[in-house]
Amino acid sequence: MSPLVVDILERFPGARRDSLIPILQAVQEQEGFLSQESVLAIGRHLDLPASKVYGVATFYNQFRFTPIGRFHVQVCRGTACHVKGSANVLDAVERDLGVKAGGTTRDGLFSLEVVACIGACGLAPVIAVGGDFHAGVAPRDVPGIFASYRERAKEGGSDAA
Amino acid sequence: MSPNETFLVQVNGRPAEARRGETLLDVCRHAGVDVPTLCHMPGLAPSGACRICVVDVRGRGLVPSCSCPVEPGMSVETNSQSATRARKTIVELLLANHPDDCLYCVRHGECELQDLAQRYGVRERRYVTAKNDDHVDVSSPSLVRDPAKCILCGKCVRVCEEVMGVAAIDFIRRGSHTLVAPAFNRGLNVSTCINCGQCVMVCPTGALREKSHLKEVQSALDDPAITVVVQHAPAVSVSLAEEFGLEPGADVEALMVTALRRLGFARVFDTSFAADLTIMEEASELVSRLKGGGRLPMFTSCSPGWVKFVEQSYPDLMPNLSTCKSPQQMMGAVVKRVWAAREGLDPRQVFSVAIMPCTAKKFEARRPEMGDAHDVPDVDAVLTTRELARLIRLHGLDLARMTPGAPDQPFGERSTAGKMFGGTGGVMEAALRTAHWLVTGREMYHLTIGAVRGLDGIKEARIKLDDVELGVAVVSGLGRARRLLEEIRAGRDDLHFIEVMTCPGGCVGGGGQPLRAEAGAVRGRLESLYRIDRSEPVRLSHRNRQVQELYDEVLGEPLGARSHELLHTGYHGRDGAA
Ligand code: SF4
Ligand code: SF4
Ligand code: SF4
Ligand code: FES
Ligand code: FES
Repeated sequence: MSPLVVDILERFPGARRDSLIPILQAVQEQEGFLSQESVLAIGRHLDLPASKVYGVATFYNQFRFTPIGRFHVQVCRGTACHVKGSANVLDAVERDLGVKAGGTTRDGLFSLEVVACIGACGLAPVIAVGGDFHAGVAPRDVPGIFASYRERAKEGGSDAA
Repeated sequence: MSPNETFLVQVNGRPAEARRGETLLDVCRHAGVDVPTLCHMPGLAPSGACRICVVDVRGRGLVPSCSCPVEPGMSVETNSQSATRARKTIVELLLANHPDDCLYCVRHGECELQDLAQRYGVRERRYVTAKNDDHVDVSSPSLVRDPAKCILCGKCVRVCEEVMGVAAIDFIRRGSHTLVAPAFNRGLNVSTCINCGQCVMVCPTGALREKSHLKEVQSALDDPAITVVVQHAPAVSVSLAEEFGLEPGADVEALMVTALRRLGFARVFDTSFAADLTIMEEASELVSRLKGGGRLPMFTSCSPGWVKFVEQSYPDLMPNLSTCKSPQQMMGAVVKRVWAAREGLDPRQVFSVAIMPCTAKKFEARRPEMGDAHDVPDVDAVLTTRELARLIRLHGLDLARMTPGAPDQPFGERSTAGKMFGGTGGVMEAALRTAHWLVTGREMYHLTIGAVRGLDGIKEARIKLDDVELGVAVVSGLGRARRLLEEIRAGRDDLHFIEVMTCPGGCVGGGGQPLRAEAGAVRGRLESLYRIDRSEPVRLSHRNRQVQELYDEVLGEPLGARSHELLHTGYHGRDGAA
């Protein structure tokens, strides 16, 4: 298991189940996601069944269970973006990438996350790809946006966030 | 007011007796008034998840009766229009995303959701949402999980955690995406599920069911080149009656034997015979561990859910497990590897079926250890009590009208000790009777060992075999085993022999038993086993003549080389399943 996770668990000696959320957060912070290994290790540390740890973790949108892709995609589903049709944008993104929110594409290029307001309401609907904001996105723009990142990846650019 | 004081309240306009601390639901039920429930579990704290149990309390309106404590002066209407309307709405909401394929559903006619829809007159789909399309999980050797039919009552989650102490499944995600699933939303086969089927017993719908082996059995029965042999577990004959509307605990063994013949089984053997054989081996193993300084306390190994639990959660205690196979597997090995040869049959042409009160037996039969050197399994298919009932109905047989039949020989004779394997404490009682004889050369004076009988989840006793005093413990309902195991890990050393049955009450309360059994059914089945023990002459496994013959002709002696080959097994740790 990752030594980093071991370190984190050592920071919570004798922890009880009320430390579950902080531990999950710390592990995700460190690793970018919650691996099965980490979930099992956290369960053992807290004497909680893996099903419980996983159940709690999936209750919150903030946790992910697949590694972050090279370009992390955030689709805003905040109020302003919602009013401007972000649901359709999300659909288009999911279709183009072939993964659902929380997933990572098989090639490891993109990981998808749904977020509440990313503080750019004036630009709604907004998506962020690898840290770049794309404003006023319509569903039909989506394929083009991702195509450009695929190009960038092919060129071997190391400019990804 | 003292805690036990009773007072009167009104239920539907009639006086009803109430006791402080009771819920409105308790009071209504004692008064003979039926209030439906979906998430309520007797003996566990109310969860209040479903609200179907609402009743109208004067001055307070609708309250969930399963969690509302009764108070003096209350007046309750269980069927006021607002209460029945609320229930109907709840059912309609539960059905809003339901797949509605009742006609094709294993629970058709036995489904609590369907019953409620009928009772409250649901005639149209009033709330329309997308139907659940979550995938069916068929990965488990024992169970099928169909989350599309799940109404999220939470009973399976609770029984798995609070009664079985396993917690293989839990709610995942939230809101309209909520699902009951194992960790990582993977298959049950790679989870900590021990295949006990207790979740099936509490599930009100078709979301959980056993993995059926009926098709395999029917194909074998239809194949003229195959000899199909069946064994039936001790708990089955005292439970099957309920599937046909007879009284819980009625022993229908003789009728069932005839029904099994009519279904086409070539031989009908009795798993209780193999239970006697198990006792010969297990009692000998106990005595040899006691004398030879082997690992103690010894744990029984006939309950496959318990065995998997030890393998995954207490691998350091695996050496405590008896190496004896379960009676199902001993019978299977004897049928395929001894009987087949005697009959001049190739084991591959023998199809061996076990009727079990248990879903975990399906898992056990598939364990790679449970076959011969050529991978021919000792048991080919396992049918639960429920599946047997289905097969009997499929053939249009009327169980009650069968002429009584006798089991086939040579594996049809049993002692009452073997029969008592079907209930908690039964293995212990049988083993102690035989261990006494092995150690002292005499029979026990009092064969009935009251201290290990009854439905208590944990029973301990000290038993004298001449100058040796044994500490014994009997656990049923796996959740109770954990504390004992922790004590043993921590060095507790006054125990020598521990019987653990995964299911509450032992096999009579197994996960393959009739669904929606009436209250007290498990007790009725257990008492039926005790009745058999009282009323028959052969009460000791070592007095089973056919078991003795098997030793004379084939096995040699208990724990001998041939026994080891056929009747004993080993265990392996299961990592990752934490
Ligand atoms: S679970 Fe019940 S209501 Fe649902 S399809 Fe099956 S029988 Fe019908
Ligand atoms: S079969 Fe037993 S262990 Fe498996 S999920 Fe159901 S209750 Fe839990
Ligand atoms: S699977 Fe059955 S018992 Fe479990 S929550 Fe769903 S409906 Fe209830
Ligand atoms: S709602 Fe999308 S950026 Fe604020
Ligand atoms: S039975 Fe009372 S809330 Fe479900």
